[in-house]
Amino acid sequence: MKNRSLVSINDFTKEEILKIVRLAAEFEANPNQDLLKHKVIGSLFFEPSTRTRLSFETAISRLGGRVVGFSDSSSSSTSKGETLKDTIRMVSNYTDLIVMRHPMDGSARYAAEQSRVPIINAGDGSNQHPTQTLLDLYSIKKTQGTLENLNIFMVGDLKYGRTVHSLVQAMSHFNPVFNFIAPEELRIPEEYRLWLQSKGIKFYEHNEFTDIISRADILYMTRVQRERFVDPIEYEKVKNVYILKNAMLSNTKDNLRILHPLPRVNEINCDVDANPKAYYFQQAENGVYARMAVICFILGLV
Amino acid sequence: MNKKKELSVNAIKEGTVIDHIPAHNLFKVISILGLDHCDNLITFGTNLGSERYGKKAIIKVADKFFENEDINRIALVAPDARLNIIRDYEVVEKQLVTVPDEIIGIAKCFNPKCITNNEVITTKFLVVQTKPLALKCYYCEKITIEEHLKIH
Ligand SMILES: [Zn+2]
Repeated sequence: MKNRSLVSINDFTKEEILKIVRLAAEFEANPNQDLLKHKVIGSLFFEPSTRTRLSFETAISRLGGRVVGFSDSSSSSTSKGETLKDTIRMVSNYTDLIVMRHPMDGSARYAAEQSRVPIINAGDGSNQHPTQTLLDLYSIKKTQGTLENLNIFMVGDLKYGRTVHSLVQAMSHFNPVFNFIAPEELRIPEEYRLWLQSKGIKFYEHNEFTDIISRADILYMTRVQRERFVDPIEYEKVKNVYILKNAMLSNTKDNLRILHPLPRVNEINCDVDANPKAYYFQQAENGVYARMAVICFILGLV
Repeated sequence: MNKKKELSVNAIKEGTVIDHIPAHNLFKVISILGLDHCDNLITFGTNLGSERYGKKAIIKVADKFFENEDINRIALVAPDARLNIIRDYEVVEKQLVTVPDEIIGIAKCFNPKCITNNEVITTKFLVVQTKPLALKCYYCEKITIEEHLKIH
């Protein structure tokens, strides 16, 4: 993996995923290390994403590294019409590694081709966001003790949610059973259904969010976004169907944990927050450790 | 080759005849092979009747012999094309087109948010299915199907 970019979760083998998860646990146990001393990391956010940027920059700071870059494209040379290629060529001459967020699909793969240093994709449009997937995996491992043989329920927008697609792909290394709960308009795309079938992985699809969750080990909630619907009446019909309320958790397994990539709107009722099964805030914190692991792994420092 | 159809466009002494091109893709084939910037004698016929494909087109290029690599580039728009290599007015060899595993350049990604549609980048696709054609963009990872395929 050394000096190889991380663009898509599919760039990682099962062994590499397991290594990142192990390293994340080590960094959580011992977060302040000087592994990035005298290293300069480019943090290029061509579109704003405060949550992801702060998570990366915290990870870098805890490791003693320095950050250069910008937090949205209006403060970069892009606003003067510079191409992505030129920006990457320039920044890769100054830095040891680049973390990049960009609104265009495929921009990260292209940047990786143009760069002299490795690129970590922090989200390329609707395509990939692999460090989110790695922190999801770390959260699952931490709460379940294993990644193997779990029953994973995914709820909400399974059509457009890139975190859902990447997590489905990554978890498929570990013999899961998937239950997909979504309205017809937002069901998991055919390419993923065919792909799961070809791998012999069991999955079930449901339209209703009911007590079937009593069998879940992981409940992965996502936001149903109004702008995804062509017909506003369809949105009105489904918007309140996929809301998790505390009362729905009474018959669920003790080891169940609820994940959400955040930010949430109303799909998880606030009365769930106090339930010990709610894990979404710790999940976000795990992102710092997962990103420390990825950065050090890619730079060959661990 | 049917002699009558062959004669409906001028016969050539040496060169290549490309047959069984879907009529609506004739100009795409011309452009992919760069025949629009070629000084050789070229004749073409289009909207010829074909029992198998409806309307077809045919191109004859005098004194030109294509490399396999070049000719496979037209597989996207003329997968059933056949090449007849002509020497001294006789067909000495026939070639079929094969769809390559990877398509570099030529095709456009259908995804308007793809970086290849927003910056000057040579496109790259994996051929995930040939009939009907499905191309996976190396950059945005989205699949372009035949219906949405555009040629540069
Ligand atoms: Zn694309």
